[in-house]
Amino acid sequence: MAESQQLQSTTDSQQPQTTVETGNNLPVAIIHRLPTFNFSFSWAKGIVNPIESSDPLYPIHRLSARAVIVLGPSPLKSEHLDQYPSVECIFGTSAGVDHIDLAECRRRNIRVTSAGDAFSEDGADYAIGLLIDVLRLVSASDRFVRAGLWPVEGIYPLGNKVGGKRVGIVGLGSIGSLVAKRLEPFGCTIGYTSRNKKPQLHYQFYSTALDLATNSDALIVCCALTEKTRHVINHDVMKALGKRGILVNVGRGALVDEKELVKLLVGGELGGAGLDVFEDEPQVPRELFTMDNVVLSPHKAIATTEAIEGLIQLVIGNMKAFFSNKPLLSELNLHD
Amino acid sequence: MEAIGVLMTYPMSSYLEQELDKRFNLFRLWNLPQKNDFFKENSGSIRAVVGNANAGADRELIDSLPALEIVSNFSVGLDKVDLGHCKQKGIRVTNTPDVLTEDVADLAIGLMLATLRGICECDRYVRAGLWKKGDFKLTTKFSGKKVGIIGLGRIGTAIAKRAEAFNCPISYYSRSQKPESKYKYFPSVVELASDCDILVVACALTAETRHIINRQVIDALGPKGFLINIGRGPHIDEPELVSALVERRIAGAGLDVFEKEPHVPEELFGLDNVVLLPHVASGTVETRNAMADLVVGNLEAHFSKKPLLTPVV
Repeated sequence: MAESQQLQSTTDSQQPQTTVETGNNLPVAIIHRLPTFNFSFSWAKGIVNPIESSDPLYPIHRLSARAVIVLGPSPLKSEHLDQYPSVECIFGTSAGVDHIDLAECRRRNIRVTSAGDAFSEDGADYAIGLLIDVLRLVSASDRFVRAGLWPVEGIYPLGNKVGGKRVGIVGLGSIGSLVAKRLEPFGCTIGYTSRNKKPQLHYQFYSTALDLATNSDALIVCCALTEKTRHVINHDVMKALGKRGILVNVGRGALVDEKELVKLLVGGELGGAGLDVFEDEPQVPRELFTMDNVVLSPHKAIATTEAIEGLIQLVIGNMKAFFSNKPLLSELNLHD
Repeated sequence: MEAIGVLMTYPMSSYLEQELDKRFNLFRLWNLPQKNDFFKENSGSIRAVVGNANAGADRELIDSLPALEIVSNFSVGLDKVDLGHCKQKGIRVTNTPDVLTEDVADLAIGLMLATLRGICECDRYVRAGLWKKGDFKLTTKFSGKKVGIIGLGRIGTAIAKRAEAFNCPISYYSRSQKPESKYKYFPSVVELASDCDILVVACALTAETRHIINRQVIDALGPKGFLINIGRGPHIDEPELVSALVERRIAGAGLDVFEKEPHVPEELFGLDNVVLLPHVASGTVETRNAMADLVVGNLEAHFSKKPLLTPVV
């Protein structure tokens, strides 16, 4: 407690950088991450004293720490929470929070923050990049040129037009609504499905993913992964999307039934796919490696220098707010 | 109309061939082994020519077809059609105008996203089986970047309209300022390049715009700047661009066109900061089919004595 009071006075004076040397006086925040998730957290040092499990003092700090920073998609389940009996706030660093047991956090009265909108523009940009890439064969024709095939084979096969396509957005949240806005000047018709119809928007609402797919040439999946949305893109939805239909996924791998997706692509029953996420990352079904109508990406839709800088500022803002008892900037509503 | 002879000069679209076959007596000029015999036998029945940008209707072809009434061209440009001769002989000419704009603008945005966000590199990386968790190479955000457009014609304007939806501030260079445009004007390409993050070449190729992207412009664009070319290869001094990319004096480039197509400088093949496309900006299946429908529509209108859809002569 003494530590947090100390921080309150330092944050109130708005000079966190000058307190780095006195790191011992800063409140502790446990760094919770997968050992393989190698993301720097040195930015946190001006605000808190970040402690990793490799730290000799970790066994003591984990018992009293009021804050935990979760790096990326590192799972934070009930058994992990048991390790941090004094935790009051979990600072998430990702847009999707399916790796955090929110029900358990609610039960324990722990607050949770997410990346909020820090990644939304990049996620939306990437979704459109993948859509144009699949339609216009950008990655496939880049591969053709680099292989030296242009002088040999002459003309490359034509791609498909972006304009005039009916694009269905699965999950019209912060990323989905930016996707819609960006696609409008391309002359695409926008439809969507989401938990609730958004009456303030002029896009066509469909109550199910199946209805949306039936009325779309391309689907862009950008909803949160929950128990209800797991495999929201199943066999029937992809069949309804059809032979010329295109699936783009920048949400989570488990939103799509990947085995069915691969089967339909192999059988020519789905037109193409742009995939940034997979069910069992970093495993990607090998059948996809030889297809020119798919674009594969290693979960990088939001990985820009600008997005990470924005995220860091947001987490810092959340931590400052937490330790000075002010409203958090991107707190999740766990009582929804 | 099955009896009407239509001569197609070049294989331009199988969909178009199929649609013409359904309606007319179609002759394929590139398939004829004995052209002289063919003309002797059939020239009297051929009342229409379908040409394109590679093979249109020159004076010789026109004069060898005494029954010719119309040239319905599968292209916007008519430099392979002898327009004066057609006019003189009362032969109608049609083209397929303004169909490429959207496709080119779409691909320009696709190239920006692919180049800044490293999408093709990501795809190569996954296919090579290199993805391991923990990798975290960051790319450059597209939304909000300053886009500078060289040539604010139809294509440049269509690119601007799309980029605005990504919250990109737009500026442009052209020979003269466009008073009706709300975008910021720069009177020189160097000034435009100094002020923007992404420089897009979208002007026509003329003697003045040849090598409009030279060393000075590349230096002005700088090590954080990206270059996109959906115009023509000779707009860029290619050896200068190659060395700038190799030496990372600019951040990256998305190129649909090259100076000596189909040859692309091999130094670029190993670079991860470029996207290389085989001149595909202006074509999609849907657009080509729409062009084909227009070619057929003009012929049908002519032979049923209705107004032509897109007449030139």
